Amino acid sequence: MPTGHEHTVKAFDEEIGHLRALISQMGGLAEQGISDAMLALQRNDPTLAKEVRTADAKIDAIQAEVERLVVRVIALRAPMADDLREVVAALKIAAVVERIGDYAKNIAKRVPMIHQGEDRIEAVSLLPAMAQMASDMVHDVLDAFSARNAEAAVAVCERDRALDDFYDSIFRTLVTFMVENPRTIGQVAHLLFVAKNLERIGDHATNVAEMVYFAATGRYLADREPAEPSDL
Amino acid sequence: MNHSPTSDTAAPKMSARDVNVFYGDKQAIKDVSIDVDMDRVTAFIGPSGCGKSTFLRTLNRMNDTVGNARVTGDIRLDGEDIYDKSMDVVQLRARVGMVFQKPNPFPKSIFENVAYGPRIHGLAPSRADLEAIVERSLRRAGLWEEVKDRLSDSGTALSGGQQQRLCIARAIAVDPEVILMDEPCSALDPIATAKIEELIHELRGRYAIVIVTHNMQQAARVSQRTAFFHLGNLVEYGVTSEIFTNPRQERTKDYITGRYG
Repeated sequence: MPTGHEHTVKAFDEEIGHLRALISQMGGLAEQGISDAMLALQRNDPTLAKEVRTADAKIDAIQAEVERLVVRVIALRAPMADDLREVVAALKIAAVVERIGDYAKNIAKRVPMIHQGEDRIEAVSLLPAMAQMASDMVHDVLDAFSARNAEAAVAVCERDRALDDFYDSIFRTLVTFMVENPRTIGQVAHLLFVAKNLERIGDHATNVAEMVYFAATGRYLADREPAEPSDL
Repeated sequence: MNHSPTSDTAAPKMSARDVNVFYGDKQAIKDVSIDVDMDRVTAFIGPSGCGKSTFLRTLNRMNDTVGNARVTGDIRLDGEDIYDKSMDVVQLRARVGMVFQKPNPFPKSIFENVAYGPRIHGLAPSRADLEAIVERSLRRAGLWEEVKDRLSDSGTALSGGQQQRLCIARAIAVDPEVILMDEPCSALDPIATAKIEELIHELRGRYAIVIVTHNMQQAARVSQRTAFFHLGNLVEYGVTSEIFTNPRQERTKDYITGRYG
């Protein structure tokens, strides 16, 4: 899809470039939020958990800036074809990345609840690998957006099933853990929500992949086999 | 290259096959084949010199008036070869009317501007018939309310936008089947342009309309089919909403997104 040709009106290219930079920046912050929230969870670090919550405000602010810029570009430049699809995709992707940031914030908020009481919750060690998988999907799908790479977007979609499987297996492990250690149910229930949040982040990355695919090709990714939604 | 983006429609109003136009040695149009449908607005877009106006003019043989122009290929109106020797060109131009870039009313009264065509084509046996045609044409052109009390004023005294609607009324008055418009709004302000666009929208159910425009937003707004011309070739012809959101050809995309050249 990229022709490499520049617009005759250079300011238009600058605005599109700025829009892409904002989306990358948001994505970077969301990834950072996920990894910091998980680190705070592993280390029981309430200060870091609090930082995740304040950093989320920055994501919200960039989303607002993306909205303003998109409205301005549509009004002033009347984008067409791939430009139009990209600008609309940027608007939608910004909203999704904002949601991903909210999930990271939600994980951070659960850190004190999970670490209350005497028991060390071993099950915590299961989650970082899942978090890494979800975070990589976010990273790769936003790279696909920057590069307008439809194939890379499809590849991200295909990884969502593995993430769902991961979630199902963690769910069973945590339930087993709770049965064996009933005193920890309060804490482990929060861990279940953390796992569910990570699974939802994967779903959002998949949605973004579909938007990237449409922006890049002008076609919908409808033929793709939808991943079995997790019933849990 | 598809001649027509949809195959579900009945016979096209006009169909062109393998049309070439030469001005002396210079070839302005190269093997263009296209169908124009009834009840639809077809927009021709493309950079200056791409041949879109030249091609438009082949559809009612306006190129006949250009000394060194030569047209080859096959152009049909309702299946009838319009370049056939038996074709009456005056009759053809009544059936395929034209509106030009600059409003060009006759230096006569508003009434006479509209009445001229029906009178020479013998469409109005009586004065009452003629008055009815003039009123109906001015109403369809959205001009009646503005001029009904001063029909004897000169057409050239109207504003630019009104003059253009007068020219559209003049084209409509002879009851054409196809209306060709060559940049009908390029000399008009945005309000007058909006009125013409609204008029095109209202006229579309009655005629096949072909509009040449440099304004891509206008093509996107008024047409259902868009044809992109470049260097005398028809590069892409398709449903307007698809041409502007997902063009198939790289050249079309570069042009409509402002990356041309």
